[in-house]
Amino acid sequence: MMASSYNAKEEDGHHSGPSSHGGAGAVKSKKPDNTAFKQQRLPAWQPILTAGTVLPAFFVIGLIFIPIGIGLYVTSNNIKEFEIDYTGVDVSSPCFSCAKNYSWDSTTSCTCSVNFTLEQPFESNVFMYYGLSNFYQNHRRYVKSRDDSQLNGDRSALTNPSKECEPYRTSEGQPIAPCGAIANSLFNDTLVLYHVDSNGTKISIPLAKKGIAWWTDKHVKFRNPGGNDNLTIAFQGTNKPVNWRKPVFELDPDDRDNNGFINEDFIVWMRTAALPTFRKLYRIIHKKSSSTPTLASGRYILDITYNYPVLSFDGRKRMILSTISWMGGKNPFLGIAYITVGSICFFLGVVLLIIHHKYDSRNSSADIPN
Amino acid sequence: KEPPPGAEAYIPQRYPDNRIVSSKYTFWNFIPKNLFEQFRRIANFYFLVIFLVQLIIDTPTSPVTSGLPLFFVITVTAIKQGYEDWLRHKADCSINECPVDVVQRGKVARTQSHKLRVGDIVVVREDETFPCDLILLSSSRQDGTCYVTTASLDGESSHKTYYAIPDTMAFRTDQEVDSLHATIECEQPQPDLYKFVGRINIYKNKEEPVARPLGAENLLLRGATLKNTQHIYAVAIYTGMETKMALNYQSKSQKRSAVEKSMNAFLIVYLCILISKAVVNTVLKYAWQWSPDRDEPWYNHRTENERQRHVVVRAFTDFLAFTVLFNYIIPVSMYVTVEMQKFLGSYFITWDEEMFDEELGEGAQVNTSDLNEELGQVQYVFTDKTGTLTENNMEFIECCVDGNVYIPHAICNGQILSAASSIDMIDSSPGGYRREHEDLFFRALCLCHTVQVKEEETVDGIKKGIHQGRPTSFYISSSPDEVALVEGMKRLGYTYLRLKDNYMEILNKDDEIERFELLHVLNFDSVRRRMSVIVRASSGEYLLFCKGADSAIFPLVISGKVEQVKARVEQNAVEGLRTLCVAYKRLSESEYQEACRHLTDAKLALQEREQRLAEAYDVIERDFVLLGATAVEDRLQEKAADTIESLHKAGMKVWVLTGDKMETAAATCYASKLFRRSTQILELTKKRTEEQSLHDVLFELNRTVLRQRSISGLSVDCLDFGLIIDGATLSAVLTPKQDGGAGHGNYREIFLEICRNCSAVLCCRMAPLQKAQIVKLIKASKEHPITLAVGDGANDVSMILEAHVGIGIMGKEGRQAARNSDYAIPKFKHLKKMLLVHGHYYYIRIAELVQYFFYKNVCFIFPQFLYQFFCGFSQQPLYDTAYLTLYNISFTSLPILLYSLVEKHVTMETLKREPSLYRDIAKNSLLRWPVFLYWTCLGVFDAVVFFFGAYFLFDNTTFTSNGQMFGNWTFGTLVFTVLVFTVTLKLALDTHHWTWINHFVIWGSLLFYVIFSLLWGGIIWPFLNYQRMYYVFMQMLSSGPAWLSIILLITVSLLPDVIKKVLCRAMCPTATERAQSTPCPCLTVEPSTIFMLSQSSSRMSF
Repeated sequence: MMASSYNAKEEDGHHSGPSSHGGAGAVKSKKPDNTAFKQQRLPAWQPILTAGTVLPAFFVIGLIFIPIGIGLYVTSNNIKEFEIDYTGVDVSSPCFSCAKNYSWDSTTSCTCSVNFTLEQPFESNVFMYYGLSNFYQNHRRYVKSRDDSQLNGDRSALTNPSKECEPYRTSEGQPIAPCGAIANSLFNDTLVLYHVDSNGTKISIPLAKKGIAWWTDKHVKFRNPGGNDNLTIAFQGTNKPVNWRKPVFELDPDDRDNNGFINEDFIVWMRTAALPTFRKLYRIIHKKSSSTPTLASGRYILDITYNYPVLSFDGRKRMILSTISWMGGKNPFLGIAYITVGSICFFLGVVLLIIHHKYDSRNSSADIPN
Repeated sequence: KEPPPGAEAYIPQRYPDNRIVSSKYTFWNFIPKNLFEQFRRIANFYFLVIFLVQLIIDTPTSPVTSGLPLFFVITVTAIKQGYEDWLRHKADCSINECPVDVVQRGKVARTQSHKLRVGDIVVVREDETFPCDLILLSSSRQDGTCYVTTASLDGESSHKTYYAIPDTMAFRTDQEVDSLHATIECEQPQPDLYKFVGRINIYKNKEEPVARPLGAENLLLRGATLKNTQHIYAVAIYTGMETKMALNYQSKSQKRSAVEKSMNAFLIVYLCILISKAVVNTVLKYAWQWSPDRDEPWYNHRTENERQRHVVVRAFTDFLAFTVLFNYIIPVSMYVTVEMQKFLGSYFITWDEEMFDEELGEGAQVNTSDLNEELGQVQYVFTDKTGTLTENNMEFIECCVDGNVYIPHAICNGQILSAASSIDMIDSSPGGYRREHEDLFFRALCLCHTVQVKEEETVDGIKKGIHQGRPTSFYISSSPDEVALVEGMKRLGYTYLRLKDNYMEILNKDDEIERFELLHVLNFDSVRRRMSVIVRASSGEYLLFCKGADSAIFPLVISGKVEQVKARVEQNAVEGLRTLCVAYKRLSESEYQEACRHLTDAKLALQEREQRLAEAYDVIERDFVLLGATAVEDRLQEKAADTIESLHKAGMKVWVLTGDKMETAAATCYASKLFRRSTQILELTKKRTEEQSLHDVLFELNRTVLRQRSISGLSVDCLDFGLIIDGATLSAVLTPKQDGGAGHGNYREIFLEICRNCSAVLCCRMAPLQKAQIVKLIKASKEHPITLAVGDGANDVSMILEAHVGIGIMGKEGRQAARNSDYAIPKFKHLKKMLLVHGHYYYIRIAELVQYFFYKNVCFIFPQFLYQFFCGFSQQPLYDTAYLTLYNISFTSLPILLYSLVEKHVTMETLKREPSLYRDIAKNSLLRWPVFLYWTCLGVFDAVVFFFGAYFLFDNTTFTSNGQMFGNWTFGTLVFTVLVFTVTLKLALDTHHWTWINHFVIWGSLLFYVIFSLLWGGIIWPFLNYQRMYYVFMQMLSSGPAWLSIILLITVSLLPDVIKKVLCRAMCPTATERAQSTPCPCLTVEPSTIFMLSQSSSRMSF
């Protein structure tokens, strides 16, 4: 009886045997159950990684990876990509003066034109990107400086944005919509593309601005506040971000449904990039007919309304034209990586085969000691 | 009671009440005290600090990420401890409230146990347990004695006699007892059960008080039970937590396993890595943002508040923020998982059917689950002999009278002797003289003992003991040897019936009852090593029978066939039998009176009673006539030899520590294969040191050992030395030399050096404390080996507590060893499975658990570290908060927990068949620094693959077929997906034992990750203030290159480990790996049959 009181005192009193908590008829049968689990005899598959078993796997991996890699590599090489830097760092570059004379409060916008030649025609849909370098969209202070409920159309968040938006939360006593550093630094260069045909005439190339943002972002995650009848009223009592020229409900003068928080350029910008050098989808050039290439080879002019300063932090701006395959844009890395890994596996398979032959015979002859 | 006036030097003392408090908490202090206890653990404290830092400063991850797991861990632990404490409260309560009878104002009043106070006079009835430590005042027996069993205290089931104080012995009624006026002086409470010194002052009629000494024989201990005595009166002197029992059960010191030690070492390394990572990042951050355009570009301004902060404060905050960002490298869940693994894993030991003993009706017990893996690390096994190696089930083998051998036939204790020995009575024509000695001899054995006869115990009216054709009465005694002798006599035709009214009744060969009056018992003690009785036969003659150890009897013998008996005794001893010699002497009337006078004088002596009794015994016990000798076998436990052989093969050194004499112990050692015939025995005994000096003997032995080693070269294991040392020599070796002459140096070192080269050591004639000393000595030697002690009796407790792992055998000598041990097993043979199978499994399981935990967190956190180089050292987390929180808690927790519970890299049969596999994991081999480094490097490699793989894929390119771009959260999710899959598949590669549970848990947790991610990104969660994960996972899965890169990166991450495994296995396979690849050996000879042969032949084999 006394013993039972002290069993609980021992460190692990829980199963200290018969004497403890013996009141409840525990004497019945202490023989452990003969179940497979309790006796640790569950039926099991017992694989062992030996040279013999791993060999085929290596060959199979090699045989699968190398063709995939070649496929990826060829696909990647077939993708046409054209990239042009228009930052205007060099004196010779057309945008040098715009870049040089940039000031935040200038009312007139600076424009410049960049000429370039496409050596090869771009056959399928062409995607137009702008690229920024040395721009830390993934800086922590920057990433969190947004209010998702405001962007989701929450009225209370519209007038009282999250603290995270500081110091871009209020201006002139009014809440900023959309608040935060990300929205404030919205990319606002305008890029227009012209084709110069053999006659020397500039033909404007139609740039579609729909479909550049994720569908779910455009339709679910981002919503304008209130009933979206009149955005001017909906955004009353808020102020535009300090760096913006026009308020959020006037971002797209051409398309009423592309204004406010659901402006696609805005949504694209709000998806912060993972790395300091990044590109973002700007426009899509849809293929018109099957007979003519989307962008024929020849001379082109890129008209830039130069609003976005990057030289202060040593950044670069680029315009990229790219076709897309099933595997996305040009990326030789994946193909090369697949080929490399496949070959290594194959090579290792051969090495293991040799080892297997050499050591297996030795092992089988030598008995287990003891 | 109030001290009478005039009691000088009385310092009033506060006595506790008789409440037993084993619980730790009360209802009120539970929360603060439990929290305090929990946060005293360094790991919990670390997480608390991280949590507080997250609360106070602006950190990259929300406090939830560390607060939630911490809260979970703390709550679970608190609930567990709270429940255990509640159980303790309940147990305490039932004890504190059990009724006790107290004499108050001349009447017996019933009260509750916890209301007892020091000085209360208590009435205890038969079969009741004493409620506190009591001084016996009077008993219902005439002679003022009472019988007590202390089985629950020290495991001795025999009845012990306690004595009342002579002056109070006569009290019979409550009134008489209540009229007693006395004070008791006693020492402060102390835990030694067998020591008590006190004095009682009895005041009678205003005379000078009568002082009587009190000793341990007057003290009834709490927890003991009154037997064969109707009732007693006793006064309480120690109550509650001051009773000897309560003092004895103070919590034992915690043992820590080697794995835990290396885990803590790894932890410190990781802590250093964590801090250095944070420091590096902080320094780089400030170097990088030296130019203000980087620090604060126009698109990313600080708030006014931040700007105004001092740069040192900012740097420190940044450091803390980095620490928080990387803190997952030391996962809170590791501790939880390790504890769960140990707790749940220990159930496999209790559940093990093979370790269940039908006879005892009990299986193995786990008293602490902290040491499971230590069972796989044992290097030294210290075992007791009697009851551990042997059955402690004595069996009468033979007796010899004057050199003629008598062997009782066939069956004893249900065990059948081998046919060869069942020859009945080898003696030939008994002559008159012989006849007389024979009769005397058998009578001596029937009379000279302290065996009690227990009459047919009735249980519910059904007579127990009738079945199996057993006698309706059976013998009980504190010494199994005596029972064996009396039973042996019974089989030779002389049955001891009972002790009735001081007459011992014997049923002799001719079915006549002979009655002898028992006059005196000269009890056995370990100094004299013999006992005697003085009886008066019906013929009126006085006889003194004595039995005892040969060394105790032969010097006292004056006639008899000493030579023949001596030869027989020696032969028996060599065969491993326990021998006793029997002698007698006739006493004349005057001699008897003389003896009586000596004895009564001594018994009545107040001072030095023990010594005077011993002197009286010496006077009486001499001038014997030798009758003969007996031989009793203590049979080896089933499969003891097989077990020892296995332990040897497993690379363990087995030491036998016993109190037995050298010849017997050595014989047992040969029988149990501890010493083989090839073993060269080195003796370090008193006999040898008497001839040479200890110094010379030691050096000579050392030379022998070293010479042998230099001859055999590197293969030290092959040669076989056995060392025999006895207690006296050992203490000579261990006591540091005072004189410090040249060359004396330190014997300890030389002794250790010799021991290190011996595969087996036998220490005989050891005192219990010496056993612990030996263990301590080995523990402290320079390799710090892991020791295991196994024993069954109270005398093994000290060594069980001292060793790294203490194992108790649930034996005949009570439960004390089992209760003080870490693990208790029914039989010695179970040690084999315990160590070779369970220990081995637990070790590889926990080793993998620990290494894997560090590995998976390196994989987890290192990409975050790398990411800092690409996000301007801004502490931007790579993964979403949910992933950060759940990675360790749910995505990767179950597979490793399950692995650590059910992994079996080789089958149980193989482990049992090939003990040498145990060497593969010896010396913590799976947790050594190179292995740890390998795992960490693997983790770093994998992390680099994840991060840079994703980096190059993401680098400035489109990932989708519709031209849309992914952001940083997709990047993180890609890395995280690869991470979860790689880490889980790595475990899958390590798993050698795929049960359906493994499949379920491994594939299930991957599936859970996918489903969770789909769900987490599938809904705009209203309670979150950010929706950054919305559709990220689905968008990623809709992209072909993402799939391809996930597959590629997983393959690349797993490749090196697979190659390493395959190459190691092919080039230099370990024994374990070889055992794995040979699945099923053809029929090997059953080791048990070999054992049985050796067992039966062992007695004659050398």
